Amino acid sequence: MTADPASNGKVPPDAVGGLPATPSESAGPAHIAPPVRALPGGGEHRRHTLIAVVLDKPGVLNRVSSLMRARNFNIDSLAVSHTDQPDVSRMTITLHGDDVAVEQAAKQLYRLIDVLKVQDVTSEPTVDHELALVKIRATDSNRAEILTIVELSKGRVVDLAAESVIVEVTGTEAEVDAFVALVRTYGIKELVRTGAVVMARGTASIEEAVKR
Amino acid sequence: MTVTRGESAKPPSPDARRSHVPGDGTAGAAAVEQARKAMLNDTRPRNRTRIGADVVCEALIRQGVDVFFSYPGGVILPLYDVLGDYPEMRHILVRHEQGGAHAADGYARVTGRVGVCMGTSGPGATNLVTGIGTALLDSIPMVAITGNVPSVLIGKDAFQEIDINGITLPMTKHNYLVRNADDLPRVFAEAFHIARTGRPGPVHIDITKDALQQETNAEHPTDEQVIAGLPGFRPNMDANGRQLKVAVAEIARAKRPVILAGHGVLHAEAWDDLVAFAEKAQIPVAHTLLGVGAISEDHPLSYGFMGMHGWKHVNRAIQSADLLIAIGMRFDDRVTGNVRTYAPYARIIHVDIDPAEIGKNVAVEVPIVGDAGRVLRALLPMVAAVDPATRASYFEELAEWRRESEGSSWHGSGAWRDGLLSADYVVSRIGELTEHKATYVADVGQNQMWLARYAGFRQPNSHVSSGGLGTMGFSVPAAMGAALGRPDRETWAITGDGGFQMTSQELMTLVQDRIPVKIALFDNKKLGMIRQWQEIIYAGNYHSAHLQGPDYEKLAGAYGIPAFRAQSPDQVDDAIRSAQAVEGPALIWFEIAEEQNIFPMMPAGKGLSDLIENWGGADE
Repeated sequence: MTADPASNGKVPPDAVGGLPATPSESAGPAHIAPPVRALPGGGEHRRHTLIAVVLDKPGVLNRVSSLMRARNFNIDSLAVSHTDQPDVSRMTITLHGDDVAVEQAAKQLYRLIDVLKVQDVTSEPTVDHELALVKIRATDSNRAEILTIVELSKGRVVDLAAESVIVEVTGTEAEVDAFVALVRTYGIKELVRTGAVVMARGTASIEEAVKR
Repeated sequence: MTVTRGESAKPPSPDARRSHVPGDGTAGAAAVEQARKAMLNDTRPRNRTRIGADVVCEALIRQGVDVFFSYPGGVILPLYDVLGDYPEMRHILVRHEQGGAHAADGYARVTGRVGVCMGTSGPGATNLVTGIGTALLDSIPMVAITGNVPSVLIGKDAFQEIDINGITLPMTKHNYLVRNADDLPRVFAEAFHIARTGRPGPVHIDITKDALQQETNAEHPTDEQVIAGLPGFRPNMDANGRQLKVAVAEIARAKRPVILAGHGVLHAEAWDDLVAFAEKAQIPVAHTLLGVGAISEDHPLSYGFMGMHGWKHVNRAIQSADLLIAIGMRFDDRVTGNVRTYAPYARIIHVDIDPAEIGKNVAVEVPIVGDAGRVLRALLPMVAAVDPATRASYFEELAEWRRESEGSSWHGSGAWRDGLLSADYVVSRIGELTEHKATYVADVGQNQMWLARYAGFRQPNSHVSSGGLGTMGFSVPAAMGAALGRPDRETWAITGDGGFQMTSQELMTLVQDRIPVKIALFDNKKLGMIRQWQEIIYAGNYHSAHLQGPDYEKLAGAYGIPAFRAQSPDQVDDAIRSAQAVEGPALIWFEIAEEQNIFPMMPAGKGLSDLIENWGGADE
């Protein structure tokens, strides 16, 4: 059997009898390089969303963030809040990585004693929203124009001052990005975003799954 | 604070405590009741109520702790103030907290029980850290206890305050900061449960001084209450049945299978299950550094030690295997080398109790999450009994490889070059003269590899070695704990001159507490592994490899420890026998060849097929 780098030393489970030749059987042409073993991961990087339901114990946020740092995962956003259950908090973590790396992140999170449940909802239908507050420079001449954009973007003016407005906008990360890009021409004085909060659509409930 | 303490309370006499022989760990509730009763019937003037420090002692006794390792300090003194009331626990006053942590570690490794160490806040706590890290990387059940400043002073940079909770957070299985004595019973019960359940690991409990001093009536929880209170901690012990079936199919069609036995086999106490499985399926068993002892090395199916300094024949078998059955090991880089060239023809069944280990370092075909023992017991009736004759050509080839590799790099005469004492010979003589029945505790570096290769291990939990963290200075203090955990065995600390000089302060602990550790000091006046790397990888640039040492005979003598010296092969047996004849601790100063390397060696970043077998010539 010739070396096929793409085989990564694996044969499909149903290929009984089709095992790659081992050196002893072949002892064989020494110039044929053995197949290369694939490293775990190495797949396409994309944005993943993990939902972690955790016990609301002191330091739990520190544990989660410390673990992600120590294991070399880079968190894009992290939103933490209470749930409807006392003593239970919910974290929405978005991060970039390939599927294997993110699965590893989820498994590592499970090792934390205070973590009750971790779910990768990346491939599921979800409601995926974040909220941004944008303090935009506004003058008498362009205020009306800004307000029109805000209205068309389903934003909401939450503060009106002589030379600025604060706009609250919610939506997907892309929608918020688009709004921010749109108003950047007027001058953004301040910007704060919550990071994504995500909930799977449908009746299934991650919180009910951990109810004690 | 309402608590006062009778001034004239007398601790039990030191001799009474010293005569206490560690029990079998089943002390439990009966011992607590006895202790409580003794306290009630105590005629000593006792003008005090139950405080947090009492809860700590009660909890330790409930968990079967018969010995722990500690060093006092300001904020943990309330605990020391009551320790005298709990004579069923032996307190070993170490000379440095790191020694205490390693001792607790060594104790845990030979007994399979939770080791306990203790220190005060600030420097006492940070000194424990290396030992906690060592325990984490090797999955050792340990509870480390520290005092902290009174809760009102936390965060105020008080004297000897450090955020030890923040420091141990990423390097423990779990950790606690306790500010209220009422929480202590729950925290201790949880800590021991977490430390020993599933994949074991260290748990750190930090207790403020006021919590140790507070009065409390809090009761110790039941096991059920503990488990109910930890909804996020449900280790998966039993394997998925479907995966087991897939594994059986893989095993059935494998022509060149190899079992890779790791530390998980020992943690699960699954050595008999491993042998039964290997015998039925007729599969050779290789072991990792921490898997030493998972199978007796004189078993016909035991193939030997794998990895960077493992046997060449073992690595060859792995590189040509068509199936690896990894049990309780984690494909550490010292085992695999370059993963891309690792076991290129093998499909992999990976059994581990920690799901995060599966697919972490290598991609595997059959993941099985579960306790090594339970998985092996489940697999045993499922696999077909294999007639060894059907593997005849495989076994013959393995035997031939083995003869070849064991023959090279072995100095049977006892001499390396120019008649200089050869380390592999010394290790093998220690193994022989102790009839392979002792506990052998390695330090880190060449001595560690020589020990793993040449001592000849016959029994589980008889090899103690800092594998994951590679902590120099581990040997002597860990041997201290190992000797207390298994007093029925001789305990040998195998150490180099580098590691020995890191923690030799514990010699005095051995003397004061009469702990009969035999220290085999391999003195090559070098940091041997550093020198070896510099010779082979850094073109002989020997910076800082030379290490001066004291006159070790005089050093031991100053501590009151009998010392023996061996400079040539003919002195080795006498020295070992003389040390064995000493009732307490003893030291042997083996002056070994200064430039001997440990071969084979897989250079970092290379693969298992790229072993260097000698460097300076055939006499290596």
